[in-house]
Parts: sequence; structure tokens; C-alpha cells
Amino acid sequence: MTESNVLLEIKDLSVEYLSDGKTVHAVNGVDLCLKRGRTLGLVGETGAGKTSICRSILRILPDVGAEITSGEILMEGKDLLHLKEEEMQKIRGKNISMIFQDPMTALNPVERVGDQIAEVIELHQEQGNHEDAVRRAKEMLEIVGIPGERYYDYPHQFSGGMKQRVVIAIALACSPQLLLADEPTTALDVTIQAQVLDLIEDLQKQYETSMLLVTHDMGVVAQVCDEVAVIYAGTIVEYGTKEQIFDHPSHPYTIGLFGAIPSMSEDEMWLHPIDGMPPDPTDLPAGCPFSPRCPYASEACRKDRIQPAVTPDGHMCRCIRIEQSKKGEH
Amino acid sequence: MTTGTVKKQNKVLEVLKRMSRNKLAMAGLVIFTAEILLAVLAPVIAPYGFAEMDYTAMQTGPSAAHWFGTDEMGRDILSRLLYGSRYSLSVGLIAILLNTALGMVIGAAAGFFGGWVDNLIMRFLDVIQSLPAMLLTIVISAVLGPGYFNTILALSINGIPGKARMLRAQILKERNAEYIEASESINCSRFRTIFRHLIPNCFSPLIVQSTMGVATIITTMAGLSFIGLGVQPPTPEWGAMLSGSRQFIRNSPYMVIFPGLAIAVTVLALNLLGDGLRDALDPKLKR
Amino acid sequence: MTQPLIEVRHLKKYFPVNGGTLHAVDDVSFTIEKGKTLGVVGESGCGKSTLGRTLIHLQESTDGQILLDGKDVTKVRKKELKAVREKMQIIFQDPYSSIDPRFSIDETIKEPLIVSGRYSRKEMVQRAEELMELVGIDERLRRAYPHELDGGRRQRVGIARALALEPDFIVCDEPVSALDVSIQAQVLNLLKKLQIERGLTYMFITHDMSVVRHISDDICVMYLGQMVEKCASKELFRNPLHPYTRALLSAIPSTDIHHRQERIRLKGEITSPVDPEPGCRFAARCPFAQEKCHAPQHQINASDGHFVTCCRVHEINA
Repeated sequence: MTESNVLLEIKDLSVEYLSDGKTVHAVNGVDLCLKRGRTLGLVGETGAGKTSICRSILRILPDVGAEITSGEILMEGKDLLHLKEEEMQKIRGKNISMIFQDPMTALNPVERVGDQIAEVIELHQEQGNHEDAVRRAKEMLEIVGIPGERYYDYPHQFSGGMKQRVVIAIALACSPQLLLADEPTTALDVTIQAQVLDLIEDLQKQYETSMLLVTHDMGVVAQVCDEVAVIYAGTIVEYGTKEQIFDHPSHPYTIGLFGAIPSMSEDEMWLHPIDGMPPDPTDLPAGCPFSPRCPYASEACRKDRIQPAVTPDGHMCRCIRIEQSKKGEH
Repeated sequence: MTTGTVKKQNKVLEVLKRMSRNKLAMAGLVIFTAEILLAVLAPVIAPYGFAEMDYTAMQTGPSAAHWFGTDEMGRDILSRLLYGSRYSLSVGLIAILLNTALGMVIGAAAGFFGGWVDNLIMRFLDVIQSLPAMLLTIVISAVLGPGYFNTILALSINGIPGKARMLRAQILKERNAEYIEASESINCSRFRTIFRHLIPNCFSPLIVQSTMGVATIITTMAGLSFIGLGVQPPTPEWGAMLSGSRQFIRNSPYMVIFPGLAIAVTVLALNLLGDGLRDALDPKLKR
Repeated sequence: MTQPLIEVRHLKKYFPVNGGTLHAVDDVSFTIEKGKTLGVVGESGCGKSTLGRTLIHLQESTDGQILLDGKDVTKVRKKELKAVREKMQIIFQDPYSSIDPRFSIDETIKEPLIVSGRYSRKEMVQRAEELMELVGIDERLRRAYPHELDGGRRQRVGIARALALEPDFIVCDEPVSALDVSIQAQVLNLLKKLQIERGLTYMFITHDMSVVRHISDDICVMYLGQMVEKCASKELFRNPLHPYTRALLSAIPSTDIHHRQERIRLKGEITSPVDPEPGCRFAARCPFAQEKCHAPQHQINASDGHFVTCCRVHEINA
């Protein structure tokens, strides 16, 4: 892995929220690395800290009560967390853009969809006038498969899938280097989801955009991502290439996650859920956050923060059983 | 049935307990209770009668004999405020409860049933709201004639459309929530659905508006007294005291300040109380 | 063949909307045997939720018949309706909005008992305890309010409320789609356990094909208010016949990363269900559409118990 190939590197990122006088530990020491033109899937359940990571990258965490307590976010070697707000504004939309989960609320209902695309282009284009921006916006609509003449329509005249495609058009209008997609297809139907995923993939290839895809759907990950990071209670518990994670899931949480999905090929009377509930983010367990639900948890798991270990096939897994099984072999 | 009443009491206790943790609400409760006590005990604690004139001290500022000063006829302002509170507080409170209750029922009916019921109610409210508020109060008061309950009735009409509209808007928002459908699926009657599920989830903004409304009612009452429809002189009443002393504001500002302060303190206390009550009734804010 | 618990004949539900009539459910027929689960799948706006709500009289049907245990309950009076509703209950999709935020857990569970008026105070307390144990909610949470509970527990409360009056039939309207995968499996297992223990009959509405495959005995696929395919669950996944079903199945992102299955790419947008043209409503997006697809369609019995509404089914699957 050469240094120049890396677009985005997140080192030891921690985010806390203050809620009702209690500290919510949303993200706890996350390391991630995204190469140019690749897609990293960030998989986890509700409240695992996925969205907080995206918002930290764009620096759009809520002003009140949210704080990045440690870490750096390096984009091409520059730490985004130390940029001035004006510099950040230039980066948002141009170098990094985000697709939000809900296409129904991401668009302004009283503005023509075309104008919403043109607005972003105009904001970031170095030369050219309004007409150029409009022309480019129409092009973008065509690219995402919507006829250019619908430029003058309002969001309510579009279906959910079309709205999400408009959102994608806005996100890709300035050919960003990094696309943050926060559950981009969760609100869509399966057939529409397939269309949108195809579109994102095609456009990504065309523009060599890197993507951080946040999702809870293992199927979407399998289809779109190159690398996968599994996040649980604000901690990356397993991180590797898609093949490594899907073929050799090593963390008990990842294994449990795969086991809980109803199989499409086998008939089984009972599913295998993970017992218990995710931990309270204001009161995380001392050691491994998954230890209260883990069938293999031992005393050692509950003591200290678990250090990352390398599995036999070479991917990262935060579980003491990896080291133990290695020792056992020798 | 005994367990039922015990449980109801528990619920009331629970709400009170939650409210007791809110210091501002408790301050409001204390002030308001004190005001009511003062009103009840007015004949005992007032230093003078409300119509008693002191010819030696006419329109004088606060002094040892007259703490809040005297008005242009030499009547003790403190005593008049104490006696006046009996009228102002009771009319204000009853009128606001009446118009909130009526507004709630009308708004709930319009919001829940929709269609022609909604249309009929809303157009009727439009008519009421298109008339100037004061004029309407005067007309109703004139038709009904002076008197305690007639005044209350006349004063409560004006607030109804606003409250009904507010509740209707809330209900339209809540009506499609799945828990309303769920209540229907378990055979709840419409009455139960509206009063046990819908209104409790909709009336929070109304509480705040109602506490603010008390001030409006007290001052409107002054207008009625002024044209001889409300309470008759020399019976004191806060609003009338306030508006009557307007002309003396340059030379004797205390004549305006004390009645104004009485109204302001009452509204503040009710407002704090209302805010606290709203929070205490909402289990989401329970700690 | 024994008498089916639920029989629906040519059920229709139309809504008046701005500028026309929305055909939410258009001529749907099916039966559900006692103790079985019928899965209803389809995309948003296909009328599956409306179908469920019409079935249990939360909405009035426009036309057609609903039979419960052989008895016609389509048009019932208020008093009978109460009894019918006690037999047919519903579990809602969103555990955050389907429970009154101002009711504590035991108040929510007790409410159907209170409304039925058949239980004494003491019986109610006892019954609520039983129900909480049955669905796996800790007794300590009795006095808690919904916002203090996570989605999985709330959905258990919703299930307890639906079970309170001992219904025979439950419409499960996307009961797990708002839950995380690990919790979803817990709730699905609970539903299955309850079905086995109490002989419940379910109509399970969902858009998630893997969930419907797991839980259903029979599946009916809906598209824009019409039933396009209906057969046994295994048969549907082994041998889907309708072009829409095939596209739907191929669109599911598979977790198998080594065998990437070829997807049937659908073009075009979903047509409007307001005053639809006669003929197959999928024709606008169907890769096999021909002239005759725009004529009124009939249900075809393709093989034993496998019904398809597609005039080209034999040509396509030849």
C-alpha cells in the first residue's frame, strides 16, 4: 500500500455527545483508511456511531453538545479537523459530498430540483456563469437517468427512487473525490435499490470517486464494497477486505450478525439471534463492548480495552480469542 | 374499584412528584397559592375597606399608613388590590378553564372527525374570529347583562377559536400516528381514543397559551368595567384599577405600577406552573 | 380439505384522491389455513398494508368478501365488529409510533382488557403479567414508558397488546423492518414460538424477501394493488413465474460474494395506481411486455396451487 494511494485516513477518532447531563460515547478510537477509487463499507447497528463518523469527516456535527475529543481525519495528508470553517466550506460539496438516508427530506420541497443541482455547481465552479451551471445540472440529471426536461419539476413530482437519484446527482455534480453515502438505499424498494446501487457503482467507476458506504445491510455490502469495517458501540471490531470478512468472519459479533440474517438457501426452524441488547452508550462496559452479549466472553474480555489482533488471513479483529488461538497452535 | 382509585391517585402523585423536582414550577405554585390565600383572607388582612376614603391622604405615594399609596379618591391601593384579587383571579381562572375546555372539545371534534364536521366548525370559528374581540365580548356581555357568571361567559368566548385551532392542528398531526390506529384495533371507542390517547398527546402547547391568556382576560375585564358592563364601582378589580389610573401616570406612577405588578406576577406564576405541569405530564421528560 | 380460517374473495379497496380513484387493493383473493402463515410481499405503495388493514376492519372494503372461520364478516354491525376485532389483531411496523408515548407498558398491555370489559382488576393484573412473561419483557419494566425502551422491546409490547384478547388471526404489518438484524431475529423467533404454542394464524406483510421466505408457508406477491403470483413459499423461490417476481428476487443483494447472480434490470418508473389502465400494471416495466399484456388479465393456475396473473407465463417460462 503506497502512501499516495490513500485518499482518506482516520486515526483514533473519538466523538462524544452531551445528552441530559450524561456523556454519550458515540465513537471510540476509530481508525479507518480509504484508498482512491475504492469503496469502504461501514457496517453496524443503529447507534453504533456510523453516522457520527460521516458527520465528523464533513464537520457537520451538531454545534451544541457534540465534540470530537481526539483523533485526526487526514484527506490527502491534510487534517480536516484543523481547517478553518471557510476552507472547509470549499471542501464540502466539491471534494467531499454526502448522500443522506432519507431522500424525502434531503431535498428542498419549494425549489425546482434542477436549481438545487445547479446551486451546488455554481457555488463551486471556478469559471462559467449561471447558464453553464444549468447546462451541467441537466447533464447530471441525464446521467442519473432522469430526462433533462424535468429540471423544472419540484421534488413532490418525483418518486422516492427518483428523488434519491436527484440527491446522488447533487452529490456527484462537482465530481467529488470522496462520497459519503449514509444508508443511501435503506428507504428504497428492492428493485429501486438495485437501480440506485448500479448507478452509484457506474458513476463511481466513471469518476474514480472513493466511497464510504454506511449501511446495516450485509447484502448491499457484498454487492458494492471492496473493504468492510464492522462497527459496534463506536469501536471497529473487525476490518478487512470484503473477501476476508465474508469468508472468514472472526469477531463473535460479525459471526452473530451473519447468523441472524434469515438464509435464502437453507430452511431453518429457528434463527440465531444475538442475545441481549447493544450497550448503553453513556455507560459502556470496561473491556470489549460486545462482552455482555458474547457467548465466549471471559474475565479478560471485561478488563481492558481490547487491542487489535491480526487473524490468520491477515485482517484486523479486536478479539482476544485471535491471539489466544494463535498461542494455542504454537 | 378501590385499587382503581388507588392507582389513579398514584398517577396524580407521580405527576406531582415529578413537578416537585422543577424548582421554577414550585416557585410558581407557591406564589399562586399565596395569591389565592390573600384573596380569601382579604377582609381579615386588608388594612382598610375597599371603598373607604381617606380625605387626609388623597393620591399620595406609598407611606407607612398606606403601603402602596392611595388613589385619587383617597382609597388604599393595597386594600383595593387585595379585594380586587378575589374578583380578578376567580374570573380570570374560571374563564380560562372554560374557554380551554370548550376550545379543546371543539378543536378535537374538528380535527378527529374531519370532513363536513371540520368544515362547519372551522367556518363558524372564522366568523367569530372575524369580529373584533372586544366588540364581541361587549355584545355578549350586553345581551347577557352584568353579573359574575355572565361576565365569565362573555370573557371566555374570545379565546375559544384560537385554542380550538391550535388543538385541531396538533390533532391533525397526531391523528395518523399508528397508536391511534392501534387503539381502534383493540376496540377503543372514539370517545376513549380522543380523550385518552389524542388529547393527552396534543394539549401541551395549549397549557402555555392558556396561562398567557389569563392576562388578556384580566385586562379585557377592565374594558367591560369601563363601559359599565363588568363589575360595578366601587368594587375593585385589577384591570379597572390599571386602566382607571392611566391618566395619573405622570404624577402618580405608583397607581399604575402596583396593579400592573399584580397582574404580571400572577401571569408569571401561572406560566411557570403551566410549564412545569406540561413537563411533568410528559413521561419523556421524566428523569 | 379443512375449512380455512381466513378466506378473502375478490377484495377491493379504492380511495378517492385528487383527480381520481386510487386502486389500493384490486380484486385480491386468497385463503389462509389455521396455524399457517401467508406472506404478502411487494414494494411500497403496492397495497399490502391496506390489504391487511382492510382485512381486520381498520378500513372498510369497497367490494368483495372476507370470511372468518367460514362466516362472512365483511359488513358487520358495531357489536359484532367488536367480537370480530377480538379475533383479528394487528402488529404494527413502527414500534416507535404504534404505542401511545403517554401510556406506561402495563397500561398499554392492559388497555385491550379494559376496553373488552370482561376482566376484573385482579384478572387484568395477572393477565398483564402473563403476557409480559410470554413475550419476554422483564417484570421490572412494568411501569416504564415507551421512550425508555429500545425498538425490540417496544415491538414485544406491541405483540403483547395484540395477544391480550387471545386472537386467532394476527396481521403482522412489517413488524421487524424497523429493527436491527440481531434484534429482528429475536422477534421473528418469538412470533414463530407463539404461533406454535397457540396455533396462531398470521398474515405477514413485508418487503424483505429473506424474512418472508423464513416465516411463511405461502406467499402472495403484490404489485400496485394486484396479486401477481401466489404459491407455496418454497415453490416461489425455486420456481418464480411472474416477470415481476423474478425481477424482485434477482434484485435482492445476496450475501454470497463469490456467485454474483445476474440481475434482471428493470427500466422505467412505477406507474400510478390512480385510475389505472386495464391490463397488467407491470407491463410498463416488464421486459417481456407485448400488446396483449394491456388487455385485462386473469389468474392462471400454472401448476398445482401455483397461481400467476400473467398472460405470457407459459411463453416466458418455456
